[in-house]
Amino acid sequence: MSKNLRVKTSKFIDETSRVSFKFNGKTYYGFKGDTLASALLSNDVHLVGRSFKYHRPRGIMTAGSEEPSAIVQINDNTSLTEPNVRATEIEIYDGLEATSQNCWPSVNFDIGGINNFMSPLLPAGFYYKTFMWPASFWEKYEYVIRHSAGLGKSPTKPDPDIYEHKYIHCDVLVIGAGITGIMAAKTAAKNNLKTLLLDEKNEIGGSTIYQDSEHVKINDQSSSTWLENEIIELEKLDNLEIKTRTSVAAYHGYNYLLARENLTDHLSKGEKQNKVRQRLLKIRAKKVIVATGSLERPLVFNNNDRPGIMLSSAVKKYADYYGVATGQKNIFFTNNDTAYESAISLNKKGIKVESIIDIREQSNSEFTKEAENLGIKIYRSHTVVDTEGYKRINKITIMELSKDGQSFTSSKKITLDCDCLAIAGGWTPAVHLFTQSGGKLKFRDEDQVFIPNEYPSDQISIGSCNGDFEIDDIVKNTLKTLKEFLNIKKTNYDDLNIQCPKDKEIRNIWLLPSDKVLGKTKPFVDYQNDATAKDIKLALREGFRSIEHVKRYTTTGMGTDQGKLGNMHALGIIAETAGVKMGELGTTTFRPPYTPLTFGTIVGRNVGEYFDTFRRTPMNDWHIEHKAEFENVGQWKRAWYYPKNKETLHEAVQRESKAARDGAGILDASTLGKIDIQGTDASELLNRVYTNAWSKLAIGKCRYGLMLNEDGMVYDDGVTTRLDENHYIMTTTTGGAANVLGKLEDYLQTEWPELDVYLTSVTDHYATASVCGPNSKKIINKIIPDLDLSDENFPHMSFKNAKIGNVKCRVMRISFTGEHSYEINVQANFGKSLWEKCMEAGEEFNITPYGTETMHLLRAEKGFIIVGQDTDATMTPIDLQMDWIVSKKKYDFIGKRSLYRSDTMREDRKQLVGLVTDNPSEVLEEGSQIVADTNLKPVEMLGHVTSSYYSPNLNKSIALAVVRGGKNMMGQKLFIPMENKNINVTIVDPVFFDKENERLNA
Amino acid sequence: MFLITCPFCGEREQSEFKAGGEAHIERPKQPTELSDDEWAEYLFMRKNIKGIQFERWNHSHGCRKWFNVVRDTSNDEIKSVYKMGEKPPTI
Repeated sequence: MSKNLRVKTSKFIDETSRVSFKFNGKTYYGFKGDTLASALLSNDVHLVGRSFKYHRPRGIMTAGSEEPSAIVQINDNTSLTEPNVRATEIEIYDGLEATSQNCWPSVNFDIGGINNFMSPLLPAGFYYKTFMWPASFWEKYEYVIRHSAGLGKSPTKPDPDIYEHKYIHCDVLVIGAGITGIMAAKTAAKNNLKTLLLDEKNEIGGSTIYQDSEHVKINDQSSSTWLENEIIELEKLDNLEIKTRTSVAAYHGYNYLLARENLTDHLSKGEKQNKVRQRLLKIRAKKVIVATGSLERPLVFNNNDRPGIMLSSAVKKYADYYGVATGQKNIFFTNNDTAYESAISLNKKGIKVESIIDIREQSNSEFTKEAENLGIKIYRSHTVVDTEGYKRINKITIMELSKDGQSFTSSKKITLDCDCLAIAGGWTPAVHLFTQSGGKLKFRDEDQVFIPNEYPSDQISIGSCNGDFEIDDIVKNTLKTLKEFLNIKKTNYDDLNIQCPKDKEIRNIWLLPSDKVLGKTKPFVDYQNDATAKDIKLALREGFRSIEHVKRYTTTGMGTDQGKLGNMHALGIIAETAGVKMGELGTTTFRPPYTPLTFGTIVGRNVGEYFDTFRRTPMNDWHIEHKAEFENVGQWKRAWYYPKNKETLHEAVQRESKAARDGAGILDASTLGKIDIQGTDASELLNRVYTNAWSKLAIGKCRYGLMLNEDGMVYDDGVTTRLDENHYIMTTTTGGAANVLGKLEDYLQTEWPELDVYLTSVTDHYATASVCGPNSKKIINKIIPDLDLSDENFPHMSFKNAKIGNVKCRVMRISFTGEHSYEINVQANFGKSLWEKCMEAGEEFNITPYGTETMHLLRAEKGFIIVGQDTDATMTPIDLQMDWIVSKKKYDFIGKRSLYRSDTMREDRKQLVGLVTDNPSEVLEEGSQIVADTNLKPVEMLGHVTSSYYSPNLNKSIALAVVRGGKNMMGQKLFIPMENKNINVTIVDPVFFDKENERLNA
Repeated sequence: MFLITCPFCGEREQSEFKAGGEAHIERPKQPTELSDDEWAEYLFMRKNIKGIQFERWNHSHGCRKWFNVVRDTSNDEIKSVYKMGEKPPTI
C-alpha cells in the first residue's frame, strides 16, 4: 500500500470526487483537480521517467508547463496515444493511463541506464564525432541510435479526435491570469474595452491565489482572499471573456497570436465523447498585455537531477494548492529568500523542514527571521556539493563556500538525510512570447535577468515577466504602465494598501563549485536533454563561441521544454568561462510554440476531404455513375479515363483514342478557364497580351492565342472568340485561369489604366461539352437541327449562338484533337442534361466519352503543346517551333522585346521536337533524359521527353521532347539511357498525324 | 501575418493579399528602342532592401485592386499605403 501524503484539505481539490488512474500499469487514486504530478506525489511516487541520453531516473521538478523531466506517454491506444505530455499539466480523470518514457523494460529497471556509467564516453557532440566513419555506415548506425533515443512514441493511426479553429478579435488580450493579469483585465474591461483573459492553468489566480503568508497583505486581507474577491467581481463583467486551460503558443507581428484552448483533456472517456478536444484560437488583438509571470531557476551542482529534487516554488505549490507533501524530510537549498517563504508555508502544514542551505552569507528579511524562530536549521554560506539516492534522493553533502563563491573555506563536509531537496535559484521572467513577437530584451545586471526593452507592437509586459518580483513593486508598476497603455487616469486599485517583506538579496553563482573536478561531476543544465555544465565548457574549449552554436552542439534548450529552466544557466556559464558580460551574449531565439501543440490542433477541421478545396464540373455525377477515374488538375477533379470491364488505364485510353478518331468522342471541357472581356478597347488589350494580331478578327470567329511573360517565355494559351464588336470570350488552360485573369487585371490597372476594358471570370458559369470525330457533325445536327452546320455557314474556327430546346448555347467549331469538332457551352446548371443529350444523340454513332489522358494523347498526335507539360517557363514560341503565331507587324506585345535578346536568340536553346523510337512498341518515360553519346562521362544531357504515348491511330510510340538545338537535328539518331539499356530514338517533326489538317473539315 | 489597409476596403489580413514586387517600375513605352542592357534593367533588376521598401500589393481575395505599400522589410511595419498612379510619399 502506498503512502498517502495528502496532508491538508485544499479548496482547489474536490476531495468528494475520487479519481482512479493508472501509472505504469498500477492503479492509483487522486482527486478531481489534481494534475498527474500532484496525484503521483500524494501517493509518494517521485520516479516518473528516465532521462534522454543517460537514462538516469528522473522525477517531478516543477508544478507547471516548464517541466523538463516528468514527461509521460498518455494512453496506449494506437490512435489516441500522446507522447511528451507534462505530468505537471495534465489533469487526472477516471481511466487515465500514463506510462514512463525512455525506459525499457521498466522505469525501475532500465537497460539504457548503462549509458549513465558510460557517460565519460558520451560527451557533447559524441554522435557527430563517433559515427562519421565510414560515411556509408551512417544508415546502419542511425537505425540503432534512433531506437535507443527518442522521446515517447507517436501514434500510428489517424487521430479520431475533433479539433477546430476559431478567430477572435478583441481590444485587449491579457495573457496570464495571475494577480497582474487579473488587475489588467478588469481595468481594461471596466473601461469599455472588449477584453480576453487567457491562462494555461485550469483556474485563474496565478501563484497569489494560494499565497498563505501572513507577511503579504492587500488592504489588510491576505493577498489570496483579496484576489478571490477580485475574481468574483471579474466574472461579472460583460465585455470580458476568460479562457482557462488555454496556452498561448505563438505571438506573431501585428498582435496576431495563436493559442491552444484545451476543452476535454481533463474529462473522463465518457464525458469526452463527441466533443471538440482542442481549439486553435487565432487572435487579433488591438492591444496585448503580457502577464506571463516568471519561472523559478534551479541551481546547478553535482547530481542535481535526482527524483525528489524539485523547485522550491513547486514544493510550495504542491503543499499550498494541492495539499500534498512532496517529502517528509525536506531540505531547502537557496540563493534568495523564496525558499524561506516556502519552508515556512510547509512548516505551517506540519510538513517537516529539516534545514535550509543558503549560499548567501546573510539575509535579514522577515522570512529568514521567521524560519529561524520556527527552529529550522540554517546553513549560511554553504552549498550542496553532491547528492545520493538512485531512484529518490536520500542524502546530500554540503560544504562551506569561500568568499568568492568559487571554492571552499575548508574540506569539511556535512552529510544530511532528506527525501526532498527544494532548490531555489531566483527567478527568470517568462519573456518567451515577448521575444517571439519581435521584442528586444535588455539585461539587468543587479539581479541578472533579461527583461523587455523595445516593444515591436502595441503591447506591454507587466508583473514578474517584466522583472518586478515584489508584490508592492508589481502593483505600483503595473498600474503606472496600465494607465499609460490604456490611456486612463484612474483605476480601481489606486488606493491599495500593500504590505510585503522587502528583501532583494540574491547571490548568483551559475555553476556552484564542487570538491571534485568538473569532469567527474554531473551538474545538469538542461535536464531533458542531459546537457551538463561540463558539456557547455567542452563546447567552448572546442571553439564554439556563439550561444546559438553552443546550443546546437550541446543540445542545451533543444528539448520539448525548450530549456525553460536551464537556458539562463547555460548563458551564465558561457559568459563566465569565456570572460564576457552576460548581457552581451544575448539569448537564443525563443520559437513558437511555447508548449508543444498536437498536429490535430494545427490542422483543425482541414483533414481528409476537407484538407483542400476542390472543384467539380456540372457533369461530375455522370462521370461517377459511369465509373470514371479522376485526376486532379489544379483544384479541379477531372475525368481521367472511363475504364470498361476492368480495363487498365492504357487499355481504356487506347480504346477511347481510337473511337474519337473513328466515330465520335466527347470530352468534359468545363474546367477550361473562361474570361469574359468587354469594352471599347477589348481588341487592343488582346493585341497587347497575345503574340498574334486580333484587331481584324471578324465577329463570330475564333482564334488561338499564345500569351507570353514579359521575359518572352510562354505563359498560357487558348482560343478566344469574338462574340461582338466589343465583346470577347477568352479561354485559358485549366490550371492557368486564375493567373491569367490576375495578369490581365494587373496590366489594366497599373500599366494601361486608359484602356476601356472589363474582365469577368465566367469559368464556373458555363459547362462545356466538346464533341469530336467524323460523326460529330451528325450528332450536333440531331441536337440542334436548326443550326446550319455547312462549312460555308459554320467553318472551322467560328462560333454560333444557338438553342437546344429553350436553352441558349454558344457553339464553337474548334478542335484540340485535330478532328472535326464542336464545343457546346451552356449555362452551368444545364451541363449534365447537355451531356446526356449528346450521349443519347451519339449512341447510334458510337459516341465514346474520353478523359484527360486520351485528350493528351490525341493532341500529342497532332503536336499541340500543353503549357506546363511541354513548356516550363524557359520556352519561347520560337523554341516551340511556333514562329507562325508571333506577329512581325505588331509594334509591341507582352514579351516581344525579350524574343530578340541575345539569350533567347541562341540557336542551341532547347527546342520542341518529335521523337519516334526505333522499336515502335517501346513507349518512352516522360521526363527521361536525351543524350547523343552514351560513352561520354559525365553524360551530356541534351534535353528531356515532355510527352509520350503509344498512338493507337498510328500504331506506334510517339513522343514530344525538348532538345538542345533540336530544330536543326531532324532525322538525327539519339539515345534515351535507362537503367538497363539505351533506347534508340530519332528526331522527327512534332506533328505526327494528319499533317495537312484534312480531318478538320472532314 | 500583418495587417494591410487596402485603400479601397480598409484594414484586412495579409492572407487576403498578394505581393507584387517592387513598385514604380514602369513598363517602357517603346521596348523595341531599348538595348539588351536597358531592357534587362527593366526586366530583371529589382531592389531587395532591408528597411524601407516601396512595393506593389494586390487585394486578390478582396476587391482585386492593385495599390502601393511602403513597408519596412526588417519588421514588416507598413509606413504608408497609396493608390496606383498617386505620388509616392516621402519617407
